[in-house]
Amino acid sequence: MAVEILIVDDEVEFAETFAERLELRGFTAHIAHSGEQALQLVDEGRAKIMVLDLKMPGMDGLEVLRRVKKSHPDIEVIILSGHGSEMDESFVLNLGAFAYLRKPADIGDILEIVKRAGKLLADRT
Amino acid sequence: MNARHYYSSLTRNVTLIIILVSFTPLILMAGLIGYYIETSYREKIMEHLHELVEKHQQLINSFLDEKLSDIKVLADSYTYDELTDETFLQNKLVILQNAYSGVFVDLGVVNSAGIQISYAGNLNLLNAGYSNAEWFREAIKRDYYLSDVFLGLRRSPHFIICVKKRHGDAEWLLRATLDFVAFNSLVERIHVGETGSALIVNSAGELQTRNGTELAPSLTGLLRSTSWAGRGGRESAEPAASGVAEVKAISSDTNVVSGIVKSMNRNFIFILMPLKSGEWTLAYRQDQDDAFSEVDRARVVVLSIFGFGCLAIVLVALFISRKVVGQIEKADLEKEIMNDQVIEAGKLASIGELAAGIAHEINNPVAIMVEEAGWLEDLLAEEESQKCRNFDEFRRSLKQISKQGVRCKDITHKLLSFARKTDPVHHEIQLNDIIDEILGICEQRSKFENIRIQTELDQRLPPIMASPTELQQVFMNLINNAIDAIGSGGGLLEIRSRVEGDKVVVDIADTGHGIPKSVMARMFDPFFTTKPVGKGTGLGLSICYGIVKKLGGDLTVDSAVGLGTTFHVSLPVHSQTS
Repeated sequence: MAVEILIVDDEVEFAETFAERLELRGFTAHIAHSGEQALQLVDEGRAKIMVLDLKMPGMDGLEVLRRVKKSHPDIEVIILSGHGSEMDESFVLNLGAFAYLRKPADIGDILEIVKRAGKLLADRT
Repeated sequence: MNARHYYSSLTRNVTLIIILVSFTPLILMAGLIGYYIETSYREKIMEHLHELVEKHQQLINSFLDEKLSDIKVLADSYTYDELTDETFLQNKLVILQNAYSGVFVDLGVVNSAGIQISYAGNLNLLNAGYSNAEWFREAIKRDYYLSDVFLGLRRSPHFIICVKKRHGDAEWLLRATLDFVAFNSLVERIHVGETGSALIVNSAGELQTRNGTELAPSLTGLLRSTSWAGRGGRESAEPAASGVAEVKAISSDTNVVSGIVKSMNRNFIFILMPLKSGEWTLAYRQDQDDAFSEVDRARVVVLSIFGFGCLAIVLVALFISRKVVGQIEKADLEKEIMNDQVIEAGKLASIGELAAGIAHEINNPVAIMVEEAGWLEDLLAEEESQKCRNFDEFRRSLKQISKQGVRCKDITHKLLSFARKTDPVHHEIQLNDIIDEILGICEQRSKFENIRIQTELDQRLPPIMASPTELQQVFMNLINNAIDAIGSGGGLLEIRSRVEGDKVVVDIADTGHGIPKSVMARMFDPFFTTKPVGKGTGLGLSICYGIVKKLGGDLTVDSAVGLGTTFHVSLPVHSQTS
């Protein structure tokens, strides 16, 4: 079963490269370039795991996280942000994020966390 | 230098204002009250003396009147024949002597030729001739007569009362001699203070009493200004007198003349009153200093109180103004330091914001770079690519790109976390973390300066309560100073942390040039710097010191010139957060 991952990032280049690398590793990756687009894709049921950037024009990552956790609490959200500190980390974890990673992150680290999230989802169903 | 001048002139102005404001009412009050009291007191004393002299004037006048009327009664009551009878006259003398002990010396009847035809008394003066005596020439012209004091035939001072009567065609006089001593005692009784005394002079200024002979000359000048005396005075006596005495003040009335006379370098108060219808003058004299001694004493007391008051005001004014200006100076300095600290903090905060922005903006492109490198690595992993000639070289290069990207992330992360902590709120802090963080920032610089950094951090260090920003500032300053001290020659920077009692101690030791003694004394002073102009604010160490002290800790230093310097920062584990 291919785990569907939604990548939310306003940096188009980053999102596309990242998606290709995930697909190369056997995941199904979707891309959203804004918070609004991400919520729409979530509503369409296109993802079980979300990799979310915090700082985006328009609706920012925190807002997306809050809404997703409200409407789809079963979706696991991994924060991957360039703007980070410990305070943000504990803050987003409290909001229900699964993990917090800082850009640039090693693909191996990300995959490990994604796999853990996938396992959690599999256990749940 | 300017500031010194400002504060000293401020001190001077405050002192002058205090002195002026205190002195003005003090001087006005002391002056006015002193003037009024002195004036009224002097008036009172003069009034009192006037009354005293007036009382005696009345006493003496009544004494003389009484004696005169006694003789008048005697002359009116008895006939010429009776009075010329010596036994009868002796009898009358005894009666008078009994009534007024020691006043009447003798009685006598003198006929118009000046021959005493009847006499009662101790002396043998029967048939004595008085035709040439001055008193007789005066007495024969009037109904009654009181003579001046004179020596007469008996060669002792006395004076005479006579009443003129007519017997047929001939005039005769009843004459009584009054004892000078008895009369004199009336005047001598007036005695005030040490120098106040009275005397009687006739219209020519000749003494009629015993005492005060040395004053007589000074009186003649005054006598002329009375309305009653001096008319018949002998002019010859006056020029000599006016030479010695100088009349300083005078006020005259019909019945009294008072004034101040300067004589023999002393001021005397004079009060003159007429006696015997102006033929004699009762003169009271007192040394001015003696009369007003109370006033003088009071003046000395008032002046010394005033003097001490002024001295106290001056001292207090000096003390208060010094103290107040000292406080102002201190407050100004503190304000200045505060301002600088606020500016420093503001600078740090804005640098922090800038750094945060830059860090974020850099992270995204770096992330893309790393991602793209990763993507290329992924692609290289495919089979066809492995046949490529430079495959290993590509792989190594891509790995290097990823590695450097991660390094960028570390740098920006450090910058971010440093910038983020610009709040003075106290948190529980691990000192070791702060030291690591600062060392991370300073690492590049120390490498460039060829400085080895050695840390010996106690991992069991208990957390302390402090503001992360402030502690960062402290260690940043101290470590930067250490690197500056070592200079470009290279050296060793050692940082040790340990627990000492209930304190956490961090030593920052460098092998730099050391601190000379002269600098050591002032190194924590604000604005003191050994760095070239424009390179240092001179605030670094003083701010560090302030922060450490505020946290209830201590900042000390050991240094040996040429060997190096060690700063010890000790902070309480359970800090009293202020």
